[in-house]
Amino acid sequence: MDQFAVKVFVRLRPSVLDPAGEATKSASIKLGAEGIKTLRIGKMIEVKIEGNGENEVREKIDLLCDRLFANTVIEDYEYSLEKL
Amino acid sequence: MDNFTVGVVVFPGSNCDRDVSWALEGCLDIRTKYLWHESSDLSDVDAIVLPGGFSYGDYLRCGAIARFSSLINALDEFVKSGKRVLGICNGFQILTESGFLPGALIANKNLNFICDDVELDIVSSKGGWFNNVDEKQTIKLPIAHGEGRYHCDSDTLKKLVDNELIALRYKNNPNGSSFDIAGITNEKGNVLGLMPHPERACDETIGGTDGLFTLKSLILK
Repeated sequence: MDQFAVKVFVRLRPSVLDPAGEATKSASIKLGAEGIKTLRIGKMIEVKIEGNGENEVREKIDLLCDRLFANTVIEDYEYSLEKL
Repeated sequence: MDNFTVGVVVFPGSNCDRDVSWALEGCLDIRTKYLWHESSDLSDVDAIVLPGGFSYGDYLRCGAIARFSSLINALDEFVKSGKRVLGICNGFQILTESGFLPGALIANKNLNFICDDVELDIVSSKGGWFNNVDEKQTIKLPIAHGEGRYHCDSDTLKKLVDNELIALRYKNNPNGSSFDIAGITNEKGNVLGLMPHPERACDETIGGTDGLFTLKSLILK
């Protein structure tokens, strides 16, 4: 069995308004940060997972992302995977 | 109809289960039974209410974890059999997360938790959930949510409109919902999800009775 460290990034789709991101952008400007064009907030999920090779682990992560980590009506996901 | 029993689902974090039961038993004389989320035997209930609250602490997304409970797994067959399911607030969120209704409910546009009475237009009475308001196409119900902004893509919205699946629209959209949507049904009409709380509008002394008929509609065949 191989072990992998997976980082999943879940983001609201570009077409979905992100009011928390807008509020944070507004606070960032109040802090004095200049030049911010857009600011959107997502989630990062870290998973350590075992499996027989990268392909098998990718299948498991795809299922998790599609069915649980993200709601694909409103969110997109991507992930990086590192063999430990 | 004497033995008609409505199952009121209790998840860890549900907090409107007793209100729903009070409204059904106390105001409408309809028998209720609490269903713990781990149960999958729905054979002795005739309709189901998924009440409001914060199932599983709203972790990950509202309704996302509840979707994997034994009870929700058993709900598919229940819905297919034509029996009625009413999802209120967090119950509506669970119904969208689990695919019984299209779209999703996300953070209110103004980021506030909104607790208020809202005016609602009855758009469709598919399934008979709002048949009482023939003469009065507007009702007033309380809302209490932080994540009630209904969102769907344009194809889904078209399908909702074309098939008369939009049950309720806000008169003054409080949360930024697409097309002012406050409640929708499935195509068959036996599943209704809505953000407002009909169970909190069942007695004049606490502000109105516009929620009574929707709860009473649970006993329709």
